[in-house]
Amino acid sequence: MSRETLFNAALLLGLIAVPAWAVMMDEPFTITLATRAVILALAAAGLNIALGIGGLVSLGHAVFFGIGGYAMGILAHHAQSYTPLMEWPFLIEGTKFMPVIWLLAVVVSAVAAFLIGLMSLRTTGAYFIMITLAFGQMFYYFAISWSTYGGEDGMSIYIRNDFPGLNTLVPIQFYGLCLAILVVVLIFTARLRRSPFGLALNAARQVPARVEAVGMDPMRLKLVAFVISGVITGLAGALFADLNRFVSPTMFSWQFSGEIMILVILGGVGRLFGPVAGAVTFVALEHFLGGITEFWHIFLGLILLAVVLFARGGITGLVAGKEATHD
Amino acid sequence: MSTILIIEQVLNGLQSGVMLFLMAAGLTLIFGVMGLINLAHGSLYMVGAFAAAAVAGVTGSFVLALVAALAAAALAGAVIEVAVIRRLYDSDHLDQVLATFALILIFSEGTRWVFGSFPLFLDIPDALSGPVTLPGGIQYPLYRLALIGVGLLVAFGLWLLIERTRIGIQIRAGENDREMIAALGVDISKLYTLVFALGAALAGLAGALVGAIQSVQVGMGEPVLILAFVVIVIGGIGSIKGAFIGALLVGLTDTLVGIFLPEVLKLFMDAAPATSAGSSIASMSIYILMSLVLIWRPSGLFGARA
Amino acid sequence: MTETILATHGITKSFGALKASNDISIDLRPGEIHAIIGPNGAGKSTLIGQICGSLAPDAGRVELMGQDVTGLSTDQRARAGLGRTFQISALAMEDTVLENAILGAMGASGRSWRFWSAALGDRSLRTRAEAALERVGLAESMTKRCADLSHGQRRQLEVAVALTLAPKAFVMDEPMAGLGAEGSKNLTGFLDSLRQEAPILLVEHDMDAVFALADRISVLVYGEVIATGSVDQIRSDPRVREAYLGESA
Repeated sequence: MSRETLFNAALLLGLIAVPAWAVMMDEPFTITLATRAVILALAAAGLNIALGIGGLVSLGHAVFFGIGGYAMGILAHHAQSYTPLMEWPFLIEGTKFMPVIWLLAVVVSAVAAFLIGLMSLRTTGAYFIMITLAFGQMFYYFAISWSTYGGEDGMSIYIRNDFPGLNTLVPIQFYGLCLAILVVVLIFTARLRRSPFGLALNAARQVPARVEAVGMDPMRLKLVAFVISGVITGLAGALFADLNRFVSPTMFSWQFSGEIMILVILGGVGRLFGPVAGAVTFVALEHFLGGITEFWHIFLGLILLAVVLFARGGITGLVAGKEATHD
Repeated sequence: MSTILIIEQVLNGLQSGVMLFLMAAGLTLIFGVMGLINLAHGSLYMVGAFAAAAVAGVTGSFVLALVAALAAAALAGAVIEVAVIRRLYDSDHLDQVLATFALILIFSEGTRWVFGSFPLFLDIPDALSGPVTLPGGIQYPLYRLALIGVGLLVAFGLWLLIERTRIGIQIRAGENDREMIAALGVDISKLYTLVFALGAALAGLAGALVGAIQSVQVGMGEPVLILAFVVIVIGGIGSIKGAFIGALLVGLTDTLVGIFLPEVLKLFMDAAPATSAGSSIASMSIYILMSLVLIWRPSGLFGARA
Repeated sequence: MTETILATHGITKSFGALKASNDISIDLRPGEIHAIIGPNGAGKSTLIGQICGSLAPDAGRVELMGQDVTGLSTDQRARAGLGRTFQISALAMEDTVLENAILGAMGASGRSWRFWSAALGDRSLRTRAEAALERVGLAESMTKRCADLSHGQRRQLEVAVALTLAPKAFVMDEPMAGLGAEGSKNLTGFLDSLRQEAPILLVEHDMDAVFALADRISVLVYGEVIATGSVDQIRSDPRVREAYLGESA
């Protein structure tokens, strides 16, 4: 077993052991922190597909996170106020049922990712970064001006949404649900990386000319990756909104796009468990440094600088060294 | 809808456009010469505004405040260039984005630490306060008019600098070929620091000038930074001329669509939904503009490279 | 049989005032190696770009198997049967030799839209990739990362990836570039046998290789084909001697 596999196993074990311990010690806040870490890891796992495998430096992934959040917020808002979402041409009611909320989050994220990708992928490099950033800002301002759904103040949802067979109000049950989704996504990512698509996408990042020369369209590969990536981050947004029972335009903010990217880099770009390592570290830093000083972002900034300048592989790289070849 | 209102709004659009240009010019220069995408440019804008507010608070002099803004931003720019940025010139864009994002975190929280979370206020100097009457009887704030003047003056100065001076020749050469310029015996690392500090000073100047009509607070730089990105994407990255045209386009679009679109929509629908739909669409107008330009020309209006 | 596999008809391309391709008509017939030679800056890369689809000609058309492909993108042309190699190796350096070859097999078989099964576990892709690697002599290095290959091995892999496509025509941009005498000789021998499988349009600076391999040679100078003919015809053509051989000798 490689060191990276051991490290990943240890991370996963920690994600099971720490909340289990928290249940026994009756520490619900620790479970909330762990849930936050798992959901952020999911958001970053989404970006990791576009960024890590496809090399797409998207500085607008908060768009999908926000879409997921508003999918939850809008559906639950109509359900809790007993007002229909729309009456014409046919009646659509709100819902508190998570699978339906997720479906909406996923579908809208996919459409948004497709359109943004179609536009942004016409360009490369710095243009791509700035354009994704600009589209993020567009959604942000749209959410602020969307007074029907709280405008700048956002919306509070009073009771967490339902999932069949679970009591989502019990922290550990909601945590388990989030962790299960993260694990499914990581398994999917692991398969994806070794699949023909993953191989082609990885090559499209390194040598687009080669990919074209063997009969594949790098832009289509990247577009599909961008959509998959957006969908996963969108799902994370719906869960995040349910964790906080609150959505607001800040979910769309460019700072949040930056933070998702930090999670990926901190953990190790392109590494399967990089987003997990990054999110756990981020939440731990936020909790412990944030407890010492309210200016903990200064230290986050310094750590990030250190990673960029001196530790390109992130935490996974530091612990497990360079990535082994497949097979 | 009166002509006076239209002229007023066009002037407002111009004013925000030329201020955007000060930001965008530095960004595009830094990208063109060093190939660096600098997210921390908004922090330099903020540094300029805080320096100006602090100095004006102590001395009461607006001129000294502006000098302080220029000096503080240029100094901050030079310091981060030497300490961090120059390690990034050969890195990929991802590293540049992350490192400069880290700088934003450090600058923003550092400023909050020193100045607190409450906004500071920078007053318009007495000599420039109050309205002025323009031909046609239009009353317009003198200070805003002065901003347009300063912006155009700086744009002209920048044009002179780049087209007519030795440093300008070096900058233009640096855009085309780094090795060439090193071979010519120019100290490239000094040139880079200089260009970076120049860009920083322009951002700081914009921060101070705009700070007098808005509040000076942490986080003020980033919305402007993103607008400046839109500007240079529209204008073409690396092109000063593109930045100028792009800035005016964005400034005018942003201002005019926000004011007039709800009015236009009211012709077709009820007042309340028209206002709400109008302001929603208006908030997205410049991004729609950017998308249209990109569909038409993926590397911007005056951009050479994609 | 004079049927042509690949042909350009009067393609023209200008960059500003510079005519990089001026009314170029060349063709590639079954079983032949057609070499394009010319001094630096003659427009060879521009020509290849237009044939393979990375550049659009201002005028003229490109035909593959009698079909107009001028409007097709690079990847469409590859699927239509154009197998190219790059002057500077364009390989996924982080990936293994086998993965690079599988990439070619995937493109050729249209299996790039599979998200779950492992690429290396796909028997048909693997067989195809391994066969190509064996032919160029890289069977021993399949699990090596591309970045760890020698320059010569990269040139071999470059050819192997094109082989996995089982193309109708090869377009090879200086396959000998940077190879030593030994490597050049080996590759020359290999290309010699390859022409039976599919004809090769060969852009090459190595004159020994060109004279050893080419059935026909076209000489490109300042964006124009000044002569096309057999090795002997080209050797003795006074215009060629003046414009090209005279300079390079």
